[in-house]
Amino acid sequence: MLSELADIRGVSGDETKIRRFISEKLADRGIENSVDTMGNLIARKNRGKFETLPLLSAHMDEVGLMITGIRQGGLLNFMPVGGIDSRVLVAKRVKIGREGLTGVIGAKPIHLQKKEEQQKPYKEESLYIDAGFNSRGEAEKYICIGDYAAFDVNCTKMDKGFYRGKAFDDRAGCLVLLKLLLENNSLCFNAVFTVQEEVGTRGAMIAAYALRPQKALVVEATASADTPETEKEMSSTVLGKGPAISLMDRTILVDREMRDELAGCAVRAGIPFQFRRFTGAGTEGGAIAYSREGVKTAVIAVPCRYIHSPHSVIKESDLQATVSLTRAWLEDNQ
Amino acid sequence: MFNTVEELIKSLTETFGPSGEEETVRTMIANLVRDRADRVFEDALGNLYAVKESNRPRIMISAHMDEIGVMVTNIDENGFLRIAPLGGVNPIMLLGQRIRFKNGLTGTVYHEKFKELKELDWSKLYADIGQRDAAAAENNVKIGDSACLAQPFNNLPGGRCLAKAMDDRVGCAVLIETLRRLPERLPQEVCFVFSIQEELGLRGAKTAAYSYEPDFGIAVDVTLVGDTPKAPTMAVSLGQGPAIKVKDSSILCHPRVRQLMVETAENNNISHQLEVLERGGTDAGAIHLSREGVPSGAISIPCRYVHSPSEMIDLKDVLNAVELMVKLLTKEWPFSEESNVF
Repeated sequence: MLSELADIRGVSGDETKIRRFISEKLADRGIENSVDTMGNLIARKNRGKFETLPLLSAHMDEVGLMITGIRQGGLLNFMPVGGIDSRVLVAKRVKIGREGLTGVIGAKPIHLQKKEEQQKPYKEESLYIDAGFNSRGEAEKYICIGDYAAFDVNCTKMDKGFYRGKAFDDRAGCLVLLKLLLENNSLCFNAVFTVQEEVGTRGAMIAAYALRPQKALVVEATASADTPETEKEMSSTVLGKGPAISLMDRTILVDREMRDELAGCAVRAGIPFQFRRFTGAGTEGGAIAYSREGVKTAVIAVPCRYIHSPHSVIKESDLQATVSLTRAWLEDNQ
Repeated sequence: MFNTVEELIKSLTETFGPSGEEETVRTMIANLVRDRADRVFEDALGNLYAVKESNRPRIMISAHMDEIGVMVTNIDENGFLRIAPLGGVNPIMLLGQRIRFKNGLTGTVYHEKFKELKELDWSKLYADIGQRDAAAAENNVKIGDSACLAQPFNNLPGGRCLAKAMDDRVGCAVLIETLRRLPERLPQEVCFVFSIQEELGLRGAKTAAYSYEPDFGIAVDVTLVGDTPKAPTMAVSLGQGPAIKVKDSSILCHPRVRQLMVETAENNNISHQLEVLERGGTDAGAIHLSREGVPSGAISIPCRYVHSPSEMIDLKDVLNAVELMVKLLTKEWPFSEESNVF
């Protein structure tokens, strides 16, 4: 199911397809779910006798591009939606608009570049999307300003238990929530699949307000730095060592009790885990933790290499361990 | 009362109202809208509301009263003032400019010696109000007093206008004129909010949306254009009609609200354009994240030289924005109390 989830296009603000996929899966099992004003999908597992249920959250949206203008010759201008390193963009395939037209992110080829241009990365404003249109008029028949473009990538399983694909941030988290909702268990909880995380954790803000949880767990994908240039002791998270429990990020200082509770769950159940040894970047943790009177909130994440690029890499065992840890935490909070 | 929208914009833009000191603007607007709405009131922070009562849904329309400006942070022994920005002000815009305080006192902004322009920052700027020493200066201003840019309104041949504070008095003018043209009874309730402190981070709209609990939100503000020499690429031009916002840094406009705006413009042959603003936010950003979420959009008046002493707009865009607002608010919005969902 990871491939299915990851391959669906769902840039921030354009989550309709991914929401429909998840809600159909839930409906098949008769699991109650609803959609709010912004498009968050809220699911309730085993209502139970409790007044307030623990809340799980994962975001449906992925980083991508938005069309900002059409040039005379039919090439398309764009801007990033969410944090994208413009150096990863050139020569990547994208799908554009509702129809999913194929395009490629173009730039001046090496033959035509001046020497000093060859020594510098492309500037974002020199890039464009080429969908094969001959003129602005032709492009306007298919494309409208404000249309989205998403990376055109199919998720594949690599050797040794790794997956490669786009949007693992945060379809990995969606998968964790979906697994726990669909499996046979008697756990009682709310799960929210949120929108617009990548543009400022906006969906989580209103969902937390509406659902009024007392405790929440955000399931994310986080940057790993176990790549060659990083010294071992400096890596923020490592693939294969289990979910990363956050200590702090740009949005939240994780409640000490919640963090200890999670680590305790992992130790008791023999689930591998690591702490996220990095305090930058943001998650929905803050949006939920500081909602209304405050919510005890923690964040766990599947370590992910090359995050926010068309090809990120995660490890299957980390995904499974994240499901196990989330389940163990829910069991402790019934 | 004003005979034309142009006169209204002139009067609004020439009024003093940097963020936090919106009182003069608020009083002026309150007098203009009092007879046109069922309820006109202020809240604790200074937002002004004008409600035309009807059934749900409740639509909140917001334009901000505040403008960018400067605040006095220090007065030295020779009577010079140090200043800090209120909102996004580029210090370059202030060199040699006149500023005006609430009490009418004027001054100019100048700079200490510097070699290269990139050294110019707020620590190099000071304001001179022509006083000989600290005591004389303090007789006229206090630390914490705010000033706005002092520039008159000018109309240019062909229907474009220059003024300070087009951002967002032109939005206020659209709301006031819309309110004047609306029929007695509307199919849904509309609350016009003239908000405070937008330039400091959408602060007034945040509390106004919380207190009014709208079902939908619309901001009316200015937006940048890409039609000046070597401007950063942007597909919005002056005179091509109000811009229906798709995205800025504060909001991805709700597709249903945006669609309603586009349809209304198309069905009534009102010229319009679509806007994707790469940097900048508006009141809709605060409204849509209020409480359980409020589907929101924005209509923007294209404006050149935003946040400068000379902001330029085209009156045609303003009139078309009013037309669009009137058509939008007089038609019945699809709404169900149980499921105001995506």
